[in-house]
Amino acid sequence: MQTVSMNVNGEPKSGEVEDRTLLVEFLREQLRLTGTHVGCDTSQCGACVVHVNGVSVKSCTMLAVQADGGDVTTIEGLANNGELHPMQQAFKDNHGLQCGFCTPGMVMSAIDIVNRNGSDVDEATVRKELEGNICRCTGYHNIVKAVHAGAKNMGG
Amino acid sequence: MYNFSYQKVSSVADAVDAIKKADDGKFVAGGQTMLPTMKHRLASPSDVIDLGGIDELKGISVDGDTVTIGAMTTHAEVAASSDVQGTIPALANLAGNIGDPAVRNRGTIGGSIANNDPAADYPAAVIGLGATIKTNKREISGDEFFTGMFETALEDDEVITAVLFPKAEASAYMKFENPASRYAIVGVFVAKSGDIVKVGVTGATACAHRGLRLEKALNGNFAAEAVDEVEIPVEKMNSDIHASAEYRAHLVKVMTKRAVEACS
Ligand SMILES: Cc1cc2nc3c(=O)[nH]c(=O)nc-3n(C[C@H](O)[C@H](O)[C@H](O)COP(=O)(O)OP(=O)(O)OC[C@H]3O[C@@H](n4cnc5c(N)ncnc54)[C@H](O)[C@@H]3O)c2cc1C
Ligand code: FES
Ligand code: FES
Repeated sequence: MQTVSMNVNGEPKSGEVEDRTLLVEFLREQLRLTGTHVGCDTSQCGACVVHVNGVSVKSCTMLAVQADGGDVTTIEGLANNGELHPMQQAFKDNHGLQCGFCTPGMVMSAIDIVNRNGSDVDEATVRKELEGNICRCTGYHNIVKAVHAGAKNMGG
Repeated sequence: MYNFSYQKVSSVADAVDAIKKADDGKFVAGGQTMLPTMKHRLASPSDVIDLGGIDELKGISVDGDTVTIGAMTTHAEVAASSDVQGTIPALANLAGNIGDPAVRNRGTIGGSIANNDPAADYPAAVIGLGATIKTNKREISGDEFFTGMFETALEDDEVITAVLFPKAEASAYMKFENPASRYAIVGVFVAKSGDIVKVGVTGATACAHRGLRLEKALNGNFAAEAVDEVEIPVEKMNSDIHASAEYRAHLVKVMTKRAVEACS
């Protein structure tokens, strides 16, 4: 067992984990932040994407101990005083989800795409960079639309 | 995943010490191959030694015509590096097309090369550019490093510290990617400096190799047509659900032609 401490959504958190505990297990099972989903557990689907030290990672493919001392942002950390993050709002406005299972990972990846490519990111780049996020429902068109709208809104 | 004992070290010397003390130790870099492999129970090390805290393994530098990339440098860092883009743009492009953004944020060049997946991208560049792999013990030439499927010249307690890429006058990497994983079904890296052409091929056979027949044809005539008459030995090609051996042999030529065209 090891003790891990990290900032999660701006608050210091710590806990006792097995060496093999995945970051996603720590977030969901110990911190009860169940917005981060596990779709495949084999690094393919992106439902588990969170930000660690400012960049997107698949939290099913990182150990909790590897995030020790880091800054983690999950889907729960985006809204501000009950107001949705512009990217969350854009998914809502553009019907960018159906069942919603992939959505937390999509939103976290979308914000990472905007952080890297700027708020005028083009459609081809959005489609290419959503490569690691799989959606079983929407057919992606409205997700791409939502990412675009969210990118514009994030630009202010 | 079976349990193991995890340890983070802060120097190469400590990493080597830790692996020597372990029963059945393994290094972990980005974990993008290691963790899935352990979940599948294809690997069950007693000790996992994390190289992520070793500063001396990180970073990119250019010295004359050589780009040195530390083993723990991520694919995302290589793709975004103005040094790499300015010296060997094909290498930055290659890194930016590995997997997806989240994989690129964790996966490292050292891990990719040490793992030597038959469909990995970096090995084609290591061979095509004639790179040198630096370890805590020695320097190994790209041609001698990849020895078989998931097999390399590395010893158990040997750590890759950096990869040294010589600049080429022109180079390009073309991959025919698996539409689901983005791994290379076939990938070809072509590099030209003066009259010398080198070709690194990945995805096609048990591990990345030099395309000697292609080099021979291109050395005399650096043009896509020169590839037409080259015979690719079908019996050496991989065959799986993604592509037959015949199809891969065909793709080797098509990707080479595209890479040659992209060089000029
Ligand atoms: C969804 C997905 C898609 C992918 N798509 C692609 C793709 O398109 N193309 C591609 O090339 N790859 C792809 N990969 C693989 C990815 O590039 C991995 O990051 C890479 O193969 C392994 O790098 P790592 O840093 O994660 O290494 P790890 O998984 O941590 O380690 C891999 C192996 O290398 C050893 N090792 C690591 N570092 C060193 C070192 N410095 N010295 C000695 N041994 C070391 C470890 O002990 C282990 O055996 C994909 C992976 C995923 C999950
Ligand atoms: S649950 Fe992590 S990628 Fe699918
Ligand atoms: S909305 Fe159902 S998986 Fe994407």
